[in-house]
Amino acid sequence: MVAREAAVGVERVDVEAVNSAPKRELYKAREPIYPKLVHGKFRTLKWGVLFATLGVYYALPWLRWARGPGEPDQAVLVDFPGQRFYFFFIEIWPDELYYVTGLLILGALALFLATALFGRVWCGYTCPQTVWTDLYIVVERLVEGDRNKRMRLASAPWSLNKISKKFAKHSLWLLIAMATGGAWVFYFHDAPTILPQLLLGRAPMSAYLFMGILTFTTYIFAGSMREQVCTFMCPWPRIQAALTDEETLQVTYREDRGEPRGAHKKGESWEGRGDCISCRACVAACPMGIDIRDGAQLECINCALCIDACDDIMKKVDRPTGLIAYDTDKNRELRAAGKKEAFNLIRPRTILYAFVLGLVAVMMAYGLSKRATIELNVLRDRTPPFVQLSSGSIRNAYTVKILNKANETRDLVLKVDAPDGAQISAIGETVEDGKIQINTESDSVHSVRLFVTLPQISITKPSVPVTISILDPQSGEEAANPTVFLSEGK
Amino acid sequence: MAENEIDEHSGIETTGHSWDGIKELNNPLPRWWVITWYICIVFSIIYMILMPAWPGIHSYTKGLRNHSERANVAAAMADLEAGRNVTLKKLLVVRSVGDIEQDPDLLQLSMAAGASLFGDNCATCHGSGGQGFSGYPNLIDDDWLWGGTFAAIQQTLQHGVRADDPEARIGVMLAYGRDGMLPREQVSDLVEYVTSLSGGEADAQAIARATPVFAQTCASCHGADGKGNQTLGAPNLTDGIWLYGGERQNIHETLQNGRGGVMPAWTTRLSDEQIVALAVYVHSLGGGE
Repeated sequence: MVAREAAVGVERVDVEAVNSAPKRELYKAREPIYPKLVHGKFRTLKWGVLFATLGVYYALPWLRWARGPGEPDQAVLVDFPGQRFYFFFIEIWPDELYYVTGLLILGALALFLATALFGRVWCGYTCPQTVWTDLYIVVERLVEGDRNKRMRLASAPWSLNKISKKFAKHSLWLLIAMATGGAWVFYFHDAPTILPQLLLGRAPMSAYLFMGILTFTTYIFAGSMREQVCTFMCPWPRIQAALTDEETLQVTYREDRGEPRGAHKKGESWEGRGDCISCRACVAACPMGIDIRDGAQLECINCALCIDACDDIMKKVDRPTGLIAYDTDKNRELRAAGKKEAFNLIRPRTILYAFVLGLVAVMMAYGLSKRATIELNVLRDRTPPFVQLSSGSIRNAYTVKILNKANETRDLVLKVDAPDGAQISAIGETVEDGKIQINTESDSVHSVRLFVTLPQISITKPSVPVTISILDPQSGEEAANPTVFLSEGK
Repeated sequence: MAENEIDEHSGIETTGHSWDGIKELNNPLPRWWVITWYICIVFSIIYMILMPAWPGIHSYTKGLRNHSERANVAAAMADLEAGRNVTLKKLLVVRSVGDIEQDPDLLQLSMAAGASLFGDNCATCHGSGGQGFSGYPNLIDDDWLWGGTFAAIQQTLQHGVRADDPEARIGVMLAYGRDGMLPREQVSDLVEYVTSLSGGEADAQAIARATPVFAQTCASCHGADGKGNQTLGAPNLTDGIWLYGGERQNIHETLQNGRGGVMPAWTTRLSDEQIVALAVYVHSLGGGE
């Protein structure tokens, strides 16, 4: 008979760390994990993060943002047919995709900084895999009960009760998965328009395809694969080892305080023994199926649930909390050497990450504030590069594309600076003194076919510079494009 | 069996294969791989039942869905063609370039349709930019054989030049030398005369001898001043633009053997609205009058 009591009033949980290193085997089928619900400050924080991240994901496409007539009023929209990306007050054209690249670089640097400071906080709190798995476990707990009840149900023979519970659980999971896939589609279409279309089967095929893919991945990843995604599929656990150092805060079992571990009998002194009473509450709470007391492990996502579980027990046995806590490797060494522990968040590494992060953020903010709302592209005709007219004059043709990136129609002036004697004409436009009045629609490209003709007498050399520019007389904004006038020359 | 060897480090059976003493362990295939493999087998059986799969001698198994990608393409093309014709029909109202320029949508439509039709039908002879080649007129300069107005371009497109069409434009440059209508010396003198018309340096005595010959023989089509006549397709000889080249040998060959390039009549291949789009496009290339 094994003692069931770890300390007075604390039962030892009958749990195995199924994914701990000694049990790690590549060809083993997954052993199910039944994480036990814990309460505490980190669990509370994680509930907050869960509501915030899921709330943003599901609600953001429904947020409206007035942009003016003819423009979508969805705050965040990736408009593939219209080739625009809308993000609140920002509107990006395909040629400005570097802003998105900048955003990804910002994301990567923020991840580096957070990891150097607090270890795998991304994995433990905000990674979609963690958040949706957490949500799925909430559903599981709601339908089947907490750890013990779930285990009992799993080992029970098939009955009407078991079937109905499993059916309810998987139905809810599928509903969440479909909502997740559906919300993804809303980012690419006008949400209030596409929702009824999706429900009535009238949405485009691509919408159903992406909804299907994300429904499938959400259901499988959060429902049945869970910790395997982190351990076997995700590259981040491998990369993060390079980003942490001995002063990074990580979820740590303070073995110097906990060992030697063992059950604590009533009235026994705490002198000469560790604070760990081998109650295995930390193992039961772990969604990854490991034992934090084995030390830092690849599988550990630093979700801090074991901290809450252990603190709860420590309070019960009247010992100080923090046997498992955010701690650094350096502090373990300091304690071993009998010195005072110290937390050092400002280090060369974190300063560097923060500096680069700030630099990129400032560069992007600057670029965005200076974003041009007029652009001019000039395509010179190449077949042929020039043509001789019956008078002997030489003519070059140009296709001029004027990009009006503002959300308003604008009257612009196209100006052609050509050598003296040049005749300028354009299809369907009136030219006065080398200038063409052009009325551009809001947020669109206006194309002009332009001819420049030079009499032989004005031609000095085979390539003469010509500058085509566009000006907004109201705002004074200007864009110029230098090109050339080609001929055989003199 | 005796050959089942157990690896002493891992405790796993080996396959018995050995390369330079390195042995292969007989681990099972990954579960996800095996599951994917089984799914593929099931998928392929369902696919073979539903879709065309097996070749026969004269035909093939059609499958329950009776799917044919060829029929789908044909249907999609028919749909496309129907939709395209509806849009292009709007161009039939166009009578002049003025009509088009007042309607930016129509201008855009005809330019887009014209550019694509030009690439498909015209670029082979006239070049991708309309720059032309020797014997194939340049369409972007301001020199026209048969006129550069919208209506003239449209008519040339519809009925062609010396084409197999009752309304084709007909004009002939005879083989004066080869057919003995002019003696050799007069042909040579005319070469000098024609060279001088566009400002080239030529033999003054030859010009003097050729002047009456030009007035008698050439002026009826090319005009007394050599400026050409668009109703006959007679080119202007006084500008620097030459369809067959402006060197003496080119001019001599023209006088000796005659010329007569052919522009097909496009009504047999293109619809009326397509021809309108093409005429607008060609007119906009630069030389439109």
